[in-house]
Amino acid sequence: MKDFKTISVRHMTKRFGDKTAVSDFSLEFGKGEFVTFLGPSGCGKSTALNCVTGLIPITSGEIWIDDECIDNADHQIPPEKREFGMVFQNYALFPHLSVAENVAFGLKLRKLKKAEVAKRVDDALRLVHLEGYAHKFPAQMSGGEQQRVAIARCVVLEPRLLLLDEPLSNLDAKLRIELRYELKALHERLKVTTIYVTHDQTEALALSDRIVVLRSGKIQQVGSPTKIYSDPANMFVADFMGFRNRWPAKIESIEEKGPTLVAKFSAAGSTLEAHLAYPADDPRRVSLLAAHKAGAAVTTAIRPEDLALGDGASNHIRCTAEIVEYQGNASQVGAVAGAGVRVDFRSGTSVAEGEALSVSVPPDKILLFAAEDQDSGAGVGP
Amino acid sequence: MKGAEKGGVKLLLAPAIIFVLLLFLYPFAYGLFLSLTTEDGGFTLSNYAKFFGNARDFRTIWVTLQISVPVTFINVALAIPFAYYMRRGLKGERILTFFLIVPITLGTVLVSEGMLTFMGPNGWLNQLLLFLHIVKEPFRFTHNYLGVVLSLALQGFPYAFLMLLGYVSGINPDLEKASQMLGANRWQTFWRVLFPLMVPGIAIAFSLNFVMAFSVFPSAVLLGEPSGPTRVISIAAYQQAFEKFNFNAASAISMIMAAIELIVISLILMWRSRMYKGASIVGKG
Repeated sequence: MKDFKTISVRHMTKRFGDKTAVSDFSLEFGKGEFVTFLGPSGCGKSTALNCVTGLIPITSGEIWIDDECIDNADHQIPPEKREFGMVFQNYALFPHLSVAENVAFGLKLRKLKKAEVAKRVDDALRLVHLEGYAHKFPAQMSGGEQQRVAIARCVVLEPRLLLLDEPLSNLDAKLRIELRYELKALHERLKVTTIYVTHDQTEALALSDRIVVLRSGKIQQVGSPTKIYSDPANMFVADFMGFRNRWPAKIESIEEKGPTLVAKFSAAGSTLEAHLAYPADDPRRVSLLAAHKAGAAVTTAIRPEDLALGDGASNHIRCTAEIVEYQGNASQVGAVAGAGVRVDFRSGTSVAEGEALSVSVPPDKILLFAAEDQDSGAGVGP
Repeated sequence: MKGAEKGGVKLLLAPAIIFVLLLFLYPFAYGLFLSLTTEDGGFTLSNYAKFFGNARDFRTIWVTLQISVPVTFINVALAIPFAYYMRRGLKGERILTFFLIVPITLGTVLVSEGMLTFMGPNGWLNQLLLFLHIVKEPFRFTHNYLGVVLSLALQGFPYAFLMLLGYVSGINPDLEKASQMLGANRWQTFWRVLFPLMVPGIAIAFSLNFVMAFSVFPSAVLLGEPSGPTRVISIAAYQQAFEKFNFNAASAISMIMAAIELIVISLILMWRSRMYKGASIVGKG
């Protein structure tokens, strides 16, 4: 394996006809990093991944590994010479080859000695806990086993970059969690630089060093899982990360207390207060202040689990329970508040449908977004 | 309920089974019976002995193989690259497919008549070759071995192509990407992934093309020299049946044709099972 420090993607753009699938995508990957492209289907995450491999030629932009340019749209090093490994959603094992032959495929192309190939295939199969499967054929194995073969087939070549395109999406829920743990353990052990594509926020949070949230081919936010989870950059990321209470709101007053914005606003039939930790140069702060000045409507973003049943210290909302979903340790309640807005929260105590309730939310658990933040990135096709 | 449904499904197979019994098995069994009897109905092997004993008839096996084996190889070998390049679809694919299917729909006789005119000594093809000074005198494309081979290629290629196209386009495209990502160039991907997965399709295309070419009759009569170099085995059978009115001897020749075809198909299937060990054609779990 050729050693390197960073892989750098600069202004990568991919257009299909007049549709832009990936737009001005720039990102640096450090060696050993686990980066996830996260977004709903059609957001361009798979296209971006395929562009990095060279399987889909880019329209413009550049890809560098340290000071070696591997792609600048005019001159592209073909995928087979990039020393990247790829794992596909549908496994893509060669059905006419046994497990051992599948894993040996790349080694044989590199003209290694027979004994060396056999040893490395053995090691790779042990790594993914498939000793004893060498002579089976893909069709005789479960989806989880097949995906492990696919992973072994890549890591046996010690790729510079490992790319996984929704590798767990075809598996059932239990296997998905098992293989997720294994992927994490494998990455801890091998420290191979990895790009992982998924639409599943749980997978992204569990596995990644950094998450890249994409929408309509544009990067919405790049950050650590905690950053993305607790401090979304815009309404789209907030919505995707589970801030389900999006109520239209009208700001009554806004006060700058050091780094914090204290906003009083009316929403869901109540007057509420939010403490927003938006730093001075944050676009969220700028657009929120502008919206207030213009008297424009804004939108709240609150997680269901941050709303608590009963009278808290502040921010009471009166509502009527409409749908109660029992989920074991708690219930998911869908209620209707003033102005007809829907209030989603979780309750540890049982709630009857039709019951009049009061819920509260701490001021620092509310996010407010100006309307323009909801639209950023819109206007391009899937 | 489920049992009743199953019974119902089986019943739906009945017309097809009756069709096969009436139109294939019965004539075949009757032919076998005829070939093993004398004209009075007694058991005999003389019909077979007569064929193998007559050098002029016995030769036809060799003559027919000389035509059918190369033609089959040409058709399949040409169909493989065509199918490969068209596996993801092309612009103008419909028009191309249309032109490939036309020779099938027109029928052998019409195509042969057309070729006689087009490729004959005064046909357009020779006119063009003369005009371009590629040949000094008209080249003989027809009424010889070449004529039969060309006509069989024209008729058989579309079958082989369409059959293989179905096979290649059914291969999961991610397999090619996976191969590429593991370091294989196009050539290596073709030989190590696509070709082995095409083997079952190649075997079927080869078998069907061979059977069609081996039982050639109209092209051999119209475009070849049916009295000599292209006196194929079906001509021998025809002459027994409709010139000498010996249906027993004609049936024996038909049975020999069938036996040779079965031997060749068995050889192809043996090759297929050696080449292809995997259990399924698609790369999905």
